[in-house]
Order: sequence, then C-alpha cells, then structure tokens
Amino acid sequence: MDYIFSILGPLITGTGVTLKMFLVTIVLAVPLGLALALARISHWPLLSGLVNAYIWLMRGTPLMLQMLFIYFALPFVPVVGIRLPDFPAAVVAFVLNYAAYFAEIFRAGIQSIDRGQYEGAKVLGLTYAQTMRRIVLPQMVRRILPPVSNETITLVKDTSLIYVLAMNDLLRAARGIVQRDFTTTPFIVAAAFYLAMTLVLTWGFQYLEKRYDVHDQ
Amino acid sequence: MINNPPMMNKPMIKAEGLHKRFGHNEVLKGVSLEMGKGEVIAVIGPSGSGKSTFLRCLNHLETINSGRIEIEGEVLASTDTAGHCQYAPDADVRRICRKMGMVFQHFNLFPHLTVLQNIIEAPITVKGVKREEIVPVAEELLRKVGLLAKRDSYPARLSGGQKQRVAIARALAMEPDIMLFDEPTSALDPELTGEVLRSMRQLAEEHMTMLVVTHEMGFAREVAQRVIFMDHGEIVEERPAAEFFASPAHPRSRAFLDNML
Repeated sequence: MDYIFSILGPLITGTGVTLKMFLVTIVLAVPLGLALALARISHWPLLSGLVNAYIWLMRGTPLMLQMLFIYFALPFVPVVGIRLPDFPAAVVAFVLNYAAYFAEIFRAGIQSIDRGQYEGAKVLGLTYAQTMRRIVLPQMVRRILPPVSNETITLVKDTSLIYVLAMNDLLRAARGIVQRDFTTTPFIVAAAFYLAMTLVLTWGFQYLEKRYDVHDQ
Repeated sequence: MINNPPMMNKPMIKAEGLHKRFGHNEVLKGVSLEMGKGEVIAVIGPSGSGKSTFLRCLNHLETINSGRIEIEGEVLASTDTAGHCQYAPDADVRRICRKMGMVFQHFNLFPHLTVLQNIIEAPITVKGVKREEIVPVAEELLRKVGLLAKRDSYPARLSGGQKQRVAIARALAMEPDIMLFDEPTSALDPELTGEVLRSMRQLAEEHMTMLVVTHEMGFAREVAQRVIFMDHGEIVEERPAAEFFASPAHPRSRAFLDNML
C-alpha cells in the first residue's frame, strides 16, 4: 500500500497530461466534426467531395502516423511548413483525426431525422439554417449519444499514443516506474485510473441519455 | 353545407397547367385550379392520382416542371414560351409560401418540443414575435382545438388525433390565409378522425380558405363547396360538392365513389 502511495505522484501528473489532451481534443474536435458533417451533406458537390476525401484520409491512416507526420515532417513541407512543439502537434493530429470520426457520427444522426421534420419546418417558414439549428440538430443529439460515448471513451485511451512525442501521459509515467522498480503494480494502478475516467464518462453519457429521454415518454 | 362567401376578384390560389415528373413518371399532366377566398375545396381520387403531389407543388414542397402558380396574385412559379420554368427568388418563395399553412398525413410535429413549444417555435423564429405575445395566442388556439390541458406534454404522449389537432393549431399560429390539408385523417384510427374533422369543420365555418386532399367522403360532401376528382395526374371532374356526390358525371368518378361508399 505504501508503495502505491509512493508512485501516485507521477501517475497523477501523467493523468493531468492525459486529461488535458483529452479535453482539448474534445472541445475542438466536436465543433469541427459538426462543421464537417454539415459540409459533407451539403448539396455543393465540390465541398461534399473534399470533405469525403478528407475523412477517407484521416480514417484511412494511423493516428500515430498522422501525429509523427505533423511533428516531424510538417516543418519540411513547403509553404505550409511550420514546426510545432510536442503538445500542439499532438493536439492538431488528434483534433483532425477525431473530427473525421465525429463527422461521420453526426452525419448519420442528421440523416436519421425524418424528412417530415424538414417539411414541417419548411411549411412554417423556417430557413435551412433555422431548421438545422432549432429542429434537426437538437433531435440528432439524442440519437448520437451512444456512438459519441463510444468515441469519447476510445479517445481517453488513445491519448496514450502521445508517448511517441515523448510526452509523459499516464501510461508512459506508469511504464517509467515499471522499468525503474521492476514491478507491474504501476500498470494496475494506471488501469484503475483509466477505468475511473471512463466510468465518469459512462455515467455522464447515461445521465445525458436519460435527460433527453423525456421527449419519448 | 356552408354558404359560399362572395368570390373576391383576386384568386387565393391560381394554378395553370401544372406538370410534374418524377424521372419518367409524369404525375401531374397539366393540372389547373382557381380558388376564391373562403372557399373549401376537397381533392379526392385514388392513390397515385397525383392529388398529394399537386398540393405539395402549391407550397413548394415539390417543384413543378412547367406551369404557373400564383398565390394571392403573387407569382410563385411561371413558365416562359420556351418552356423554361422559373421560380421567384428564394426569399420571395418563402414569403409567398408563408401565406399557406399545411397539415400533413403524418403530423410532423417536432418530438423534442412540447405542444406549446411546437406552436410558438415558428412565430418566434420566423416572424420574430415576442414570446409573451405569442403564448396567449397559442393557448387560445389550443383551447379551440380542445387541447389546452396538453400544453406542456411532448408529442409522444398524444394520440394521433390529438397530434393532428396540435398540427392544425401550429399551422394557424402563423396566421395563414390558406390552409392545405394533405390526407389529414389517413393515418388515424377511425374513432379518432372525428375530432380532427370537427376542428377542420370549425375552421371552414370561420371562412378559412381550405384545400383538402382527403379520403373522407362525408367531410367532402358536408363541408366542401367544390370537389375535384383527380385520376392519373389529371383533374377528371370538378363540380359543386352536392352535385358531384348526387350524380358524378365521369365514369371514373362514379367507379371511385362506388368503391368508397
């Protein structure tokens, strides 16, 4: 027990890095994903096609490769080439990647809304933008909660990929102690930390689902 | 039957030679209609006759391939001599179509909003009416359709007949000059159609201009002044309701009525 307390310090610091990565990614990737979803269903074929290609690229290559590319290769790309420090580089990769997945979830949610809702809004005089904001998106939220919950929990664990940029997230902190002390206990403690984080998320999403359920009662 | 109010000079709806194709399937083959203020017209006919499509073309839920539509003298769509169909600019289309309220077969209430919120949504969002001004109006409309007690319920809690009456109140809250009904009772259990028809009859008694696509022959006979019988994308017969039901002239209308009654 004393041993566990003695290693909590670095693990909590690592959890801080993990949570920071997680929160910044969520806050940026959700709105970007929504924008991509709306562009993807737009009737302007060029825009929709570009977003389609973007989603293919982001889902079709490993997140780790994208992160390594932005950190190591981007500085050498002509014109757009900039050198990002490790945390911003990781954030850019995570946001661009997760936004693509969120975009597909949002698109599925939007397209699951009955045509009658659009027609009902149209005959009342609502514009397309008003229909989206007031009628379609609020209904979409309820339907996408389960897949978004999935994606969010995956993100918590995916943040451990940032070890390749030598950032001390929870898992890397644990591994450091394992290699120093020749015991696997830090892994078990780290697992408990991950489980605690995903439990909070699970409860959060269950609460949201229940709150949105009032419409169906 | 309700007395025919005097016809105004300017027709409320004037449709000329509407053509509509879905792919190679021509569903409207030159449908024309002129409708006066306060008139109640029932559009009847077998399914697939194009009657719903005709209604949906009038308020731009479908676009026509050729023809001309005027609402209260304003041109919604017109076709030039070369056969090019041209719609008014988007903002005008929206403004013109707002003169028409519509009630759908499947209600299309917004499930995430309460009954009251369903009714006040468009007046607030579209017209910019203040909430405290529109709420009493909405409550009065709900009282009229007998649903004031359901003010704060969500649509999922309502029966089909109640949903449709809310849908009528919602359309009326935008103060339309014309009401379009697209088979308003077709999705309802038979014992629930009466309450919806009662609300519609009340509306007709207040001289609302109403164009009603329906399978309710009783309603068509008692409330409508004119009946339009459509089949295969054309108006086959168009006559005062009493005459039509007493002695349908066309063999196809006669066959249809024999099947219905």
